[in-house]
Amino acid sequence: MTGVTGVGPLVRLAVRRDRVLLPVWAVLLAGMAGLSASATVGLYPDLASRVQAAQNINATSSLVGLYGRIYDVTALGALATIKLGGFGAALLGVLGLVLIVRHTRAEEEAGRLELVGAGVVGRYAALTAALLVTTTALVAIGALTSGALIAAGLPSSGSIAFGLSWAGTGIAFAAVGAVAAQMTTSARGAIGAAGATLGLAYLLRGIGDSSDPDGLRWLSWLSPVGWAQQVRPYAGDRWLLLTPLLALAVATSAVAYVLLARRDLGAGLLTDRPGPATAPAGLRSPLGLAWRLHRVALAAWLVAFLLVGIVVGNIASDVGGLLNSAQARDMILRLGGRHGLTDAFLAAEFSIVGVLASVYGVQAAMRLRVEETALRAEPLLATAVSRARWTASHTVVAVLGTTALMVGAGLGAGTAYAAHTGDSAQIGRVLGAALVQLPAVWVLTGVVVAAFGLAPRFVAAGWAALAIFLLIGQLGAIFEFPQWVMDLSPYTHVPRLPGGPFGPTPMLWLLGIAAALTGVGFASFRRRDLG
Amino acid sequence: MIRVQDLRKSFGRTKALDGLDLQVSVGEVHGFLGPNGSGKSTTIRVLLGLLRADAGTVTLLGGDPWRDVTRLHRRLAYVPGEVSLWPNLTGGEVIDLLGRLRGGLNPKRRATLLERFDLDPTKKCRAYYKGNRQKVALVAALASDVELLLLDEPTSGLDPLMEQTFRDCIEQGRDDGRSVLLSSHILAEAEALCDRVSIIRAGRNVETGTLTELRHLTRTSISADLAGPPNGVASLRGIHDLDVEGNRVRFDVDAAYLDEALRGLTEVGVRGLVSQPPTLEQLFLEHYGNGSAGGRPADPAGAAARS
Repeated sequence: MTGVTGVGPLVRLAVRRDRVLLPVWAVLLAGMAGLSASATVGLYPDLASRVQAAQNINATSSLVGLYGRIYDVTALGALATIKLGGFGAALLGVLGLVLIVRHTRAEEEAGRLELVGAGVVGRYAALTAALLVTTTALVAIGALTSGALIAAGLPSSGSIAFGLSWAGTGIAFAAVGAVAAQMTTSARGAIGAAGATLGLAYLLRGIGDSSDPDGLRWLSWLSPVGWAQQVRPYAGDRWLLLTPLLALAVATSAVAYVLLARRDLGAGLLTDRPGPATAPAGLRSPLGLAWRLHRVALAAWLVAFLLVGIVVGNIASDVGGLLNSAQARDMILRLGGRHGLTDAFLAAEFSIVGVLASVYGVQAAMRLRVEETALRAEPLLATAVSRARWTASHTVVAVLGTTALMVGAGLGAGTAYAAHTGDSAQIGRVLGAALVQLPAVWVLTGVVVAAFGLAPRFVAAGWAALAIFLLIGQLGAIFEFPQWVMDLSPYTHVPRLPGGPFGPTPMLWLLGIAAALTGVGFASFRRRDLG
Repeated sequence: MIRVQDLRKSFGRTKALDGLDLQVSVGEVHGFLGPNGSGKSTTIRVLLGLLRADAGTVTLLGGDPWRDVTRLHRRLAYVPGEVSLWPNLTGGEVIDLLGRLRGGLNPKRRATLLERFDLDPTKKCRAYYKGNRQKVALVAALASDVELLLLDEPTSGLDPLMEQTFRDCIEQGRDDGRSVLLSSHILAEAEALCDRVSIIRAGRNVETGTLTELRHLTRTSISADLAGPPNGVASLRGIHDLDVEGNRVRFDVDAAYLDEALRGLTEVGVRGLVSQPPTLEQLFLEHYGNGSAGGRPADPAGAAARS
């Protein structure tokens, strides 16, 4: 039996499992690229306005650190794709590494690969199938994105270079995921390790891009995300720079195969260290267990939110200089001066941060269903733990966790902003602007808990609700939805702080709705069968 | 301890339990036997208040398992058939957690059980194979001071040596006055451990009683060396699966006709005789093997007429 016997059926299995996930990602990513490109095309109709905007971005080091540099200020494509070039490529990296781990280590951890491996399947078949499916998917997403960009009115050569730089980054990090899957014994650990590598790569290019050419600029060249940006779509189309990405993908995949050859099924190269033989004192309640299960992920989210907060706070300090055309000055004046513009920016950013916190809240509350279907709720509920107490454990983590995240983002932004302006009173003001998002965030966790109790099969309603509310918020203003549609989204009712008017009534309403949804979830879970 | 009457439970159109009766008395080890999918796990989950009964009365430790959940659960321990644990907790942590949530466990017994089951409590649960996960659940259950153990196929992942250890522990539990409901399809286990058994199929009882009582209803295997050709043996009543090889015969006989069959043999003259009591495998075969759907083989004549 050769090493790759059985790849065919495994590829079909993977495609069958991902038949929803992959098209959704493809449409989302390509759609996001196309929509934001056409929006930019409409926003900057003439060359002068484009050059002005591009020069402003290049002059704002926090934006360059966050997104990258525009290498040809006259190129519409370069301006239109600035936010997507590095950030979108990193998203494809995430998709690539998650897909690989999902079809290798996750299957192995669940014991399903053993079942498959006992059939006529070669040692390397699972990894090969995962790489084939992932690579094909990433190339397809890249091609779709190129198409969307061309359709948005951007030059085709640059659009193709852009799609390829996306796909290349995705494939390189898929290979990193393949190596991580050989090292750790858990899928979670593999995704964590590969994701951390991706984060580091993004950070390196951020520091490099925002540094002086004779300073630390070379750091960008250590980062695969940096290589993808150095392809410079629409600003030179340096095709040759796709080769380092491909070389990295091939070399890293080869390492994964070598590691795979040297290890046992189920084992990793990094073995688990033995843990404590007895439980610590804190592990004596459902809440203690929930904290234990959530704490690592929550810590990672918290670090990310702190960083996002600091970046937001820094950009806010620069934002006044971003639009220094005559029109922009006029707009700033009407908004209440430089300060008003900064406030408007902070309010807009925090509404996005609030949505991100909702992602955490939905996912943390959804752990209830995950634990139930994994049969891990059963042994707990067979002890003297009531259903309400168990439901409360993960709900409390979701609620307090989102609070911690918003506090983190608010403090990060507030401190950074206060440091720039030398006004320490800004910390409290900015923190408050972050915290007003929370009632809306908790409505989303409430939706999940309610669905968990009423219709556990449809607990993904939490994601659906989040997507719908997000769409209402993003598209509502553009397509001028009627007000009652806008009012459906809890985010509509969040006060636009700092700067905007603040009344407690909408907040109390949101809190009441969140509490009611959560209560419905608790009550109906008490009445239904487990399983 | 447990009293279940006419219990019914459906999942959609599937009838999982269709009028089940079950009675477990104090201090009894009760075997709960049936093939896969016969409703054993569903019954135990109803007893635990994890599922709600559609109809019927269920009393557990004098309470209602659906309403008095936490009060009752302090007095019982459960080992699920499919043990799923938190991958990033160690076995020892899970044992302590489950014990504490139940209201405390006996640290001395915990240590002894870990040793007897040869379980390393410092390993992360993701590193345990099925047998070891089951051991974690068993140690957690057996180390608690509870009156009732609900065990759902607790040995399906254990090797024979550990199965013996498990039996010793259950024997000891019985001596300490605990009651046990042990679901199983490992018949030797039930034979070795159980005071009484209930056999269920398709969600309803087909038999309940002590093994001795049930054996009255079943066939004994006879193999005999005879003095001459076994003429006339074939015409005996209650004989099944007759196999003749020269002067040697082998057959199964219904308990009610054992006397008659032996007389028939001695008429020819017996040189050697081996008789074997029915195993639970045979009990099962009678209930599930010969397609006698729902039929009670309690009537030997009926059983004979069918074969």
